[in-house]
Amino acid sequence: MSADDQAVPEEQAVPQEEERRHGAPLTRQLGQVVLHPSREGYRDLVEQLRRDGYTFCLDVTAADYLTHPGRPGLPSTVTPERFEVVAILLSFEGKERLRIRVQVPDGDPVVASLFHLHPGTEAMEREVYDMYGIVFDGHPDLTRILMPEDWEGHPLRKDYAVGRIPVQFKGAPGDR
Amino acid sequence: MTSIRYPGAATSEGAQELSARGQMTAGELLRESGSVLRMSEAAAAEQADRAPGDQETMIINMGPQHPSTHGVLRLMLELEGETVLRSKPIVGYLHTGMEKTGEDLTYLQGPTNVTRMDYAAPLFNELVFSLATEALLQVEIPPRATWIRMLMTELNRIASHFLFLATNGLDLGAISMILYGWRERDLVLQFFEKTTGLRMNHNYIRPGGVAADLPDGWRDDVLRILDALPARLQEYDELMTGQPIWRARTQGVGVLTAEEAIALGATGPILRASGVPWDLRRDIPYLAYEEVDFNVVVGTYGDVFDRYAIRLNEIRESIGLVRQILDRIPRGDYRVQNKKVTPPPRARIDESMEALIHHFKIFTEGFKVPEGEVYVAVESPRGELGCYLVSDGSAKPYRMHIRGPSFVNLQTLPHMLRGGLIADAVAVISSVDPIMGEVDR
Amino acid sequence: MGFGKGLEGLQHNFLTGNLESVVKWARRNSMWPATFGLACCAIEMMATGASHYDLSRFGMEVFRASPRQADLMIVAGRVSQKMAPVLRQVYDQMMEPKWVISMGVCASTGGMFNNYALVQGVDQVVPVDVYAPGCPPNPQTLLHSILTLHELVRTGEIVSRRQGGGGAEVHVAQQPQGDQRVTVVRPPVHVGTPR
Repeated sequence: MSADDQAVPEEQAVPQEEERRHGAPLTRQLGQVVLHPSREGYRDLVEQLRRDGYTFCLDVTAADYLTHPGRPGLPSTVTPERFEVVAILLSFEGKERLRIRVQVPDGDPVVASLFHLHPGTEAMEREVYDMYGIVFDGHPDLTRILMPEDWEGHPLRKDYAVGRIPVQFKGAPGDR
Repeated sequence: MTSIRYPGAATSEGAQELSARGQMTAGELLRESGSVLRMSEAAAAEQADRAPGDQETMIINMGPQHPSTHGVLRLMLELEGETVLRSKPIVGYLHTGMEKTGEDLTYLQGPTNVTRMDYAAPLFNELVFSLATEALLQVEIPPRATWIRMLMTELNRIASHFLFLATNGLDLGAISMILYGWRERDLVLQFFEKTTGLRMNHNYIRPGGVAADLPDGWRDDVLRILDALPARLQEYDELMTGQPIWRARTQGVGVLTAEEAIALGATGPILRASGVPWDLRRDIPYLAYEEVDFNVVVGTYGDVFDRYAIRLNEIRESIGLVRQILDRIPRGDYRVQNKKVTPPPRARIDESMEALIHHFKIFTEGFKVPEGEVYVAVESPRGELGCYLVSDGSAKPYRMHIRGPSFVNLQTLPHMLRGGLIADAVAVISSVDPIMGEVDR
Repeated sequence: MGFGKGLEGLQHNFLTGNLESVVKWARRNSMWPATFGLACCAIEMMATGASHYDLSRFGMEVFRASPRQADLMIVAGRVSQKMAPVLRQVYDQMMEPKWVISMGVCASTGGMFNNYALVQGVDQVVPVDVYAPGCPPNPQTLLHSILTLHELVRTGEIVSRRQGGGGAEVHVAQQPQGDQRVTVVRPPVHVGTPR
């Protein structure tokens, strides 16, 4: 077993001199470029990247690091927070993707919306709001998208239970 | 939390719905049409101005139980006569919590979960999840597994596009198409059943390779499919492509320009229909797509007809691809021989206690995946299907997110429907080919 | 025309029978399903209706979009919390007599998705007559469950309403093998104890 373990090299955050792009620290995860802007600089960074040719926003999602605060791949200058909003951009010319990870604190889960740069993020940001309760400042229609409107809680948060219920069989309520 | 919203409650989704015209200002209208592209302030003001007193418009619901919304999509349309002024898709009626469930399953169980997302093209979901896991594990899968994956996914693309042709024909009144489309699709599904044991939701592509080698006689089976299809595609051309009614229903309907498609995040046939030659198989190749030869089919006008024609011709390209794969598929292992991720072969379980224990542990505890996060994408029949995977070093994903192309593509609907007739709405919805399982996950 | 003269006035052949049998025969042979496709199972349901499996052999190819014209609701797929009220509403709009087939494990029990989003078994929302197992059930299984339901209709009563809370509680126990006769397994009615 040990030989196999060695065959898989550990991916370490490289502690060398930080690489930056548009002022945001840049790391590489398994060969993929990741930028770590501050919450304030997030929207501007996406705007600058759009000028650089990253004209397509593939995805906006999030992760909740409540139970795993020491996460992989953060540069030393970035303070980890509970939530992370992840945006994935695509450049047609460069034929490459780029990932942006923004730290969003638990107490104030607000981040700028990308809607006015990439209208296609409308549904994705609504999904993140629905699932994590992260508010996108400037989003035109921030309502739940997947869950019913009167649902309580944000299901993908780590402190939200899976909601597993004991399987039981019972008849339908009331008469037919 | 787990209480069921009992019947009797009105089917209302509150703020998720399209608001009445009288209730909104120009600014709000601008935002609402913003799920469309941003229109100019002036245009919004003009629309809102004629609003308040105007009783001639009405808001109707289409879905979630409607035969041409491809499942449980719900559209709210504001109509003036038969013209669609505004529309808004309301989704979530099939929300299954798969991303939450995915955090609860081991990496080996993961494909079982994701395969049920895009149920018209299940193998792609398994593929993207497996590729993401393998990227985190940094294992290289054997060439035969790669080529088997290509073979199966290309066949799946054919089956998925046949499903599209069948439903597209049905929605537009070419009722025979559903019979033809399903006839052809069943050819492929029978091969899938032989190979994977199931017609759908296969759980065949797994981290480390595929679940089993191709069955005996698979080459003849595939050849039989490939030989049967071109003549049938010719029939489709006669039945639909050149037919004046079909053209009148589809050409110039639901036009989306390249800029709009890019801004709205549309991928796959929708993006290609508007003239952007972007296909991940060619542009950011995965598996062994660099080594095969195929054309990226691109449209010109970005209308419903182009999307139809692209899918029809992608079937032809996929047939060519499968033929190349048949010629090139190497011998060898169908899964990686890495004790960490692969259960021991069946024969060894009978004779070795260690193998039995190992087998048991892999299927109960799963294998640990190094810490890290990765985004991997493949070109599914509907567009860029991505998987964002975060591992905390345990045997289950810490976060598993699937970028469903249908989910993003649906945003183009309000834009394409605007100003069209309600009869065309059916054509447009059908041409987006949304699979609601993937939209809502 | 010929009533005064008795039977000799009739020009054609005729059969006698009780009304109930005729009604049951008619109901069984022209049962129209509502299109209630939800997820993966809907694709297999469509496949059942399409060329290869051909549901029209059983007089059922006409999938009605309007619940008011349908007799049978095939709940094909997972039912989310958001969909449950819609499902019930569609069911309520169907005219009596009406039947429900719960197609696939997700509709029957929630299946592998035992989580916050899904109704764990559609029988909590509507009474179910036949449960079809499988994920998704292949068309043969669906056909088998439809034939099971036909058998229920043929042998059932035409006027009595079912008790509240009762589906027929029939589970399709096994896959059909060859031309094996349809077997109906009637388990005891089990009522879950809410915890």
